[in-house]
Amino acid sequence: MSRLLSWKEVPVAGWLEKKGNAKEYETGDWRTIKPVWIEKNCIQCLRCFVYCPDLAILSQGEKVAGIDYQHCKGCGICANECPSKPKALEMVAETDSE
Amino acid sequence: MLQERIALTGNEAMALAMKQINPDVVAAYPITPQTEIVQLFSSYVANGMVKTEFITVESEHSAMSAVVGAAASGVRAMTATSSQGLAYMFEVLYIAASNQLPIVMPVVNRALSGPINIHGDHSDTMGARDAGWIQLYSENTQEAYDNLIQAIRIAEHSDVQLPVMVCMDGFIISHALENLEILADEDVQQFIGEFIPHRPTLLNLDSPVTVGPLALYDYYMEIKRAQAEAMMRAKPVIRQVGQEYKALTGRCYDLLEPYKLDDADIAIVVLSSTAGTTRVVVDELRQEGVKAGVLKPRVFRPFPYEEIREVLAPVKAIAILDRADSYAGFGGPLFKEIRAALYDAPARPPVVNYIYGLGGRDANLNDIRAVYRDLDKIAATGWTDQLVRYLGVREEAIVHA
Repeated sequence: MSRLLSWKEVPVAGWLEKKGNAKEYETGDWRTIKPVWIEKNCIQCLRCFVYCPDLAILSQGEKVAGIDYQHCKGCGICANECPSKPKALEMVAETDSE
Repeated sequence: MLQERIALTGNEAMALAMKQINPDVVAAYPITPQTEIVQLFSSYVANGMVKTEFITVESEHSAMSAVVGAAASGVRAMTATSSQGLAYMFEVLYIAASNQLPIVMPVVNRALSGPINIHGDHSDTMGARDAGWIQLYSENTQEAYDNLIQAIRIAEHSDVQLPVMVCMDGFIISHALENLEILADEDVQQFIGEFIPHRPTLLNLDSPVTVGPLALYDYYMEIKRAQAEAMMRAKPVIRQVGQEYKALTGRCYDLLEPYKLDDADIAIVVLSSTAGTTRVVVDELRQEGVKAGVLKPRVFRPFPYEEIREVLAPVKAIAILDRADSYAGFGGPLFKEIRAALYDAPARPPVVNYIYGLGGRDANLNDIRAVYRDLDKIAATGWTDQLVRYLGVREEAIVHA
């Protein structure tokens, strides 16, 4: 995860002076379950990309390319919305995936 | 420096200082006994004598919220309050301080309910003592006026960036007519200078900023540590501004105002208007050969513990007068902090507490004389079995009254 600033480095009152800084705040360690993308089942409908609240579905050339685990909070919306049968996104426990 | 000498009530003096400061935004709600400050100020607005945007709000909570928003947008913003009004602002006081917004607010000190009471007492601002605001206490109308002007410089200093309460005693000062010297409008303007925000602000479209973000266990402590540092840095700034103000007006302001303390055997420590009463008694006692002194802290936040220790350490017995109780079973707030400051004194003098003047009860010369008589006895024995006493309360056993 990103380096934490010391009290001498934090902006006054924690005001955020940079635009688009949500990207720098890595939320991957909030996760207890994680989505696993199974490419062979994927029909490339991009529904997961649209529904992901954290822009954590990586895409390349308008195709799903993987998952950004630095930001994915493990909410499971992608796996829930995935219409393909069998599913191209499955939620697994964080501990089981290692 | 040409200064005009006029007679004003405390409220009129505060309103006049606000007019001369000419803030960009004032949001206010009337509450006794400071109503007159915002009422007079609103007439300055109505008559086009200031450029201020005056926001009438539905409560004190909203008044402070509007002022927080205005200050965050990068303008000079003020309000005024008292008592229940300050209590109603409570949660927003912390937001103003933690966002390090240089808001300046006169507070007319008075009792908190219940029982319902409108008179002078320090319970309101003492209740807010840990909100992160700088607190200046004013003895009289002159000091209230002078403190308010200096408060702008202190709050807005790049090393500080904290809100400031300028306190004066309800009715005793707010409604009493006193002579004071006032500055010309242009001299006040020159002293306070133009408002320059030291950080990007809400309305700076070239450099947008997120104000008041969430900070959890990973960042909250770092941000609060930095806020605490700003309060520590305020001490030299308050002194520096005081010196500059002295150069302008001839009137001297420091963290503390000691009176005949240099060789004192016994001393009273008291805030605000009662310091004047105490000085009269000190002069009487000095005539009788009693080495009495008084210390009036002008600044309570930041708490000048080193300076207080230095001036009080040689005294043989000290009474702290608190116009507010902590209801902790162990005296008032000023007592506890000063007693703690003296823990590191080479010879720890006995320090006792008198809770006085609650709800506007008079603290007259006889009350103060009784305290010095007690102190005389405590200084002789170096000991007392009664740390906390209530002054001027019926059937309260005062040992030597």
